[in-house]
Amino acid sequence: MTVTLTDQPFEPGALVTAFCVGREETGAVATFVGLARAEKGQAVALELEAYPGFTDAAIGEIVQGAVTRFQLHDVQVVHRVGRIAPGEAIVFVATAAGHRREAFEACDFLMDYLKSRAPFWKKEHGLGGARWIEPTDRDRTDAERWD
Amino acid sequence: MARVLLFGRLADQAGWRDRVVDALDLSSLRGALAAADPGLGEALAAPGVQVAVDKAIVRGEATLSPFTEVAFLPPMSGG
Repeated sequence: MTVTLTDQPFEPGALVTAFCVGREETGAVATFVGLARAEKGQAVALELEAYPGFTDAAIGEIVQGAVTRFQLHDVQVVHRVGRIAPGEAIVFVATAAGHRREAFEACDFLMDYLKSRAPFWKKEHGLGGARWIEPTDRDRTDAERWD
Repeated sequence: MARVLLFGRLADQAGWRDRVVDALDLSSLRGALAAADPGLGEALAAPGVQVAVDKAIVRGEATLSPFTEVAFLPPMSGG
């Protein structure tokens, strides 16, 4: 299980390749990659602030919950912080399980929790200035469906 | 004394994000911050702003040592 916060762009394909190495008992790996949207040219950049030591610990707890719930063999989460340009990857989630259903569902579960409950502060830099963003009602209800 | 960290819009509002403040407990820390910047004092007391002492969420009072880290966390946006 690894959780990484990085202020550097990452290449999702290389992460998937490395994650799949040496898994003779894992029948399924599911991955999710979240990208920063350009919002039809309105978004200049996304800025994500984390609290090192607190944010990664909170994500670690979410990951532990997923491992127990879906009987996962492994999980990797990589999350960008700092300034992110449209088109760049913000988040990478990989789940490894014996069979595909658990891997798919755990990936979905992790993203719903990360989107609503991970301690990040997000600022959207647009053509008209910058604004702080709070979770949408949709983000909250997406996480509640797992309760 | 404590190291105070501000995140998100709180840091923007205050114009700083990391400062050492002389205070023996959380309430006197809030008092010192509010005396220096009443607008910030109000923002820190607003609903939805959580406090972490040494990276653990605290509700209510806490004693501070010179090495205590106090973080004020506005509503989180998620990843």
